[in-house]
Amino acid sequence: MGYRKVAIVGAGMTKFVRRALETPRELAWLAAKAALDSAEMKLDQVDSVVFGSAPDAFDGLHMKGEFVADGCGAWGKPYLRCYVGGGTGVYAIAQGWLHVASGLFDTCLVTCEEKMSTCQPHPQAAFLTIFDNFTEQALKPNLLWIFALEQNRYMHVHGITQKEIALVAVKNKRNALGHPCAQLGAELTVEDVLKSEVMAWPVHRLMVSPTSDGAAAVVLAAEHVAKRVTNKPVWVEGVGWCLDTAYWTNRDLYYPRYVERAARMAYEMAGIREPHKEINIAEPYDPFAYKELHHLEGLQLAPKGQAPKLLADGVFDRDGDLPATPSGGLLGVGNPIAAAGTMKICELFWQLRGEAGARQVPGKPRRGVAQAWGDLMQVGTVVVVGV
Amino acid sequence: MGSRIAIIGLGFTPARPTSSHQSYKEMMFEAAQRAYADAGIEAADVQSFVTCAEDLNEGLSIFDEYTPDQLGAMLKPMHTLTQDGLHGLADAAMQILSGLFELVVVEAHSKASNIVAPDWVADYATDPVLNRPLGLNPHYIAGLEMQRFLHETGVTHEQCAHVAAKNYRHALRNLAAAYPAHLEAQDVLHSPPAFEPLHEREIARTADGCIVLVVASEERARRSAAKPVWVRGMGWANGSFALETRNWARPDYVRHAADIAYRQAGINDPAREIQLFEVDDTYAYKELQHLAELGIFANAADAARATQQGQTQLGARLPVNVSGGVLGMGNLLEANGLARAAELVLQLRGQAGARQVEGARVGLAQSWRGVPTTSAAVAVLSVE
Amino acid sequence: MEAQPKNPRGTSLSGDDIKRGKTFLVPYTPRLEYAWDCGEAIGRYLEELKNGRLIARTCHRCKRILLPPRMFCEVCFRPTDDWVYVKDTGTVNTFSLCYVTWDVRRLRKPEIPAVIEIDGASPGIGIMHLLGGMDAKKVRVGMRVRAVWKPPAKRTGSITDILHFAPLKGNQAAARWKRKGKQ
Repeated sequence: MGYRKVAIVGAGMTKFVRRALETPRELAWLAAKAALDSAEMKLDQVDSVVFGSAPDAFDGLHMKGEFVADGCGAWGKPYLRCYVGGGTGVYAIAQGWLHVASGLFDTCLVTCEEKMSTCQPHPQAAFLTIFDNFTEQALKPNLLWIFALEQNRYMHVHGITQKEIALVAVKNKRNALGHPCAQLGAELTVEDVLKSEVMAWPVHRLMVSPTSDGAAAVVLAAEHVAKRVTNKPVWVEGVGWCLDTAYWTNRDLYYPRYVERAARMAYEMAGIREPHKEINIAEPYDPFAYKELHHLEGLQLAPKGQAPKLLADGVFDRDGDLPATPSGGLLGVGNPIAAAGTMKICELFWQLRGEAGARQVPGKPRRGVAQAWGDLMQVGTVVVVGV
Repeated sequence: MGSRIAIIGLGFTPARPTSSHQSYKEMMFEAAQRAYADAGIEAADVQSFVTCAEDLNEGLSIFDEYTPDQLGAMLKPMHTLTQDGLHGLADAAMQILSGLFELVVVEAHSKASNIVAPDWVADYATDPVLNRPLGLNPHYIAGLEMQRFLHETGVTHEQCAHVAAKNYRHALRNLAAAYPAHLEAQDVLHSPPAFEPLHEREIARTADGCIVLVVASEERARRSAAKPVWVRGMGWANGSFALETRNWARPDYVRHAADIAYRQAGINDPAREIQLFEVDDTYAYKELQHLAELGIFANAADAARATQQGQTQLGARLPVNVSGGVLGMGNLLEANGLARAAELVLQLRGQAGARQVEGARVGLAQSWRGVPTTSAAVAVLSVE
Repeated sequence: MEAQPKNPRGTSLSGDDIKRGKTFLVPYTPRLEYAWDCGEAIGRYLEELKNGRLIARTCHRCKRILLPPRMFCEVCFRPTDDWVYVKDTGTVNTFSLCYVTWDVRRLRKPEIPAVIEIDGASPGIGIMHLLGGMDAKKVRVGMRVRAVWKPPAKRTGSITDILHFAPLKGNQAAARWKRKGKQ
């Protein structure tokens, strides 16, 4: 099926920090402006605007999209805010792709932002309200529960150890040392990770991404515009998204089948039949260390239960056969929820253009996949890009 | 855009002040079942789904989580927009025009009755540093806007009251409307003052209800037994959010949205080329403001005069809000735009019974997201 | 080519910055209160919890017994058919030992959230609850557990009418659990 060709022609992001001085609008503005500047484009060349942000509860605003609109460049323009929980940061690019691929617009400025620090006494508390109001909230669950339950199930079904999982945190935090925006870049050992305090067994503190403030943005353009704007457009070759049932306790959490479906949708569009051979870089969503492994399997980049072994063999290292999260990911760069997914898209943009500096994956990578996840262990959002 | 996108199915629950017999999931399931039966499809045929919802209107964070099961969307492409339902319709249109899908479902609902302190939720949408500390009920923003609007346009308060009376009376013929009433303009003017110059009966009360649309590509629509209603144009736009920099009398974002929709639909003279209008009237004056921005009248004063003379009621030359509008049907929050579109679908199919507009071939639906937003969407729908 | 991102903006604030008033803060406590209509399925579920029972819905087409109950089957997209009581015993599908509360306070004794597959519901159909009345170190996937109910006078029609799930008497060993789980 032939689709109108759409490319990413510019990308920009703010630093990811625990608590930013900047307001949500200012964070969005800084990222959006950086993206436009990187493409040497002006706002009046932007035909449409997409914004992504996760729960309004964090920023302390109802209808947060309306409030932040000014910072995204939406004044006087068609503007949409899309929302699939943590999956938003990658899905927003698909939403932007729809604007241009539909033929209704030639350009779309996509910004994702989060200011979690506004929520007092701690952003974690806001997560209480994601659980079912009738059947779960009375138990006073927290977000750690659901990740720990899933990690335990994944470990149990495949016989995976915490030691194998800790390696993801080591890799990603080390990769993040090369990222100018990183909140938690560090040189750690597996022992450091396992010695960190147990938050919710089997999850240790250094296996968990931080709460963060930050924003990231990209500029999407139709082919004729893209070719004018840059000599190295990064084409959006495939998009996919899939939402599983809200009844998460009725599903086996050991495998993210919704990530697989989203990935297959994107791979089919991109004409990819053997992803583990045809994808050169992966940016899977890593809010918790085990999640990267879980998602690599969902993305068909490792057989079920085998991702830890491939990780230990160095396959996912920056200089390995299939570098995963060369950016440093959520674990290393930070996790302003929606912006984190877009950060991964920005990373692929820079990597495929050879602009990733200290993080550059060798060998002139040509195709990458970014994936985000969200909701109650429920949504997979995938974008495949290539040069 | 041409005749490329069609609505082939419509399902809804009637708008009512409360809906305690159904959870939101059960309400959505009912509307979806109705819509799929109307379209002659199975849920399994639908390829993608869009919900329009705001967390804090639902009382659940990441409300997206709770949307797929009752629509038949499990393990399908589905996402949420925090926008009005007409934005959702635009999204569905883009999904189809891009070539990704040929059958997409759009849903929005309101369970406003479940919000214990709704004005506090609305206040939570205002600027936390510059506006919220004033501690005012956010309806004041509409009061300010109406004051300036009357001052700049010469429209009178009584003319605004005529809008409200008309729409409550229109609702008498709409079983799906929550607030039908036989009222005259004087009844509206003499209702208690609320946010001067606004009086109580000029402010829409909230209602519960759910609306589901089934949207199809042209090819898919032609294979369907349902009578398609074509989406000729879709436009949407935002204005300046900040109170301090907005144009109080003229919501220019409505005009921007309409320009996009008219251009796609090839409409140059909306008053002549469109036969019925469903526009936002969350506050009575808004209908006049919006009619002007939509270019139905040269200016708001003309719109007001025409309304006072009865030219915008059912049976007259430019019927506006024969569904009852937001005032008559109830404020359905993110579902308002879909309520406007639903009316057009019924009218264009000739299914509007006692409130049928004769000879309706092209209709316009417009939504606004309420205070404190400057966000509007416009859709132009037509029979073949 | 220049390394990206170049000169990223963003100003980090420390806890000290806040204390020393480097920036203004505008505090606000929202009033976000809701009274959700339970509707038919959840209304019955909560009513039965008050009676000390778990109730499910069945779908005759896919032949599943569903908990929490719902009036629609999300797989078949049709109304569910019957009410059926299920047992208040089950098998631990997964669990965690959580040392942090929802508002980030540290616990000495962990809370033990779990997904418990309920006897009488279809395989894989579980609910989330807490485990209790046992040594945290002894929790295992595959353990057999039983609901410990609050006394009738203390029940309110909530999932917390079950205090927690405790080991099923006479069966402390974990059941055999197939690796690879469900495909």
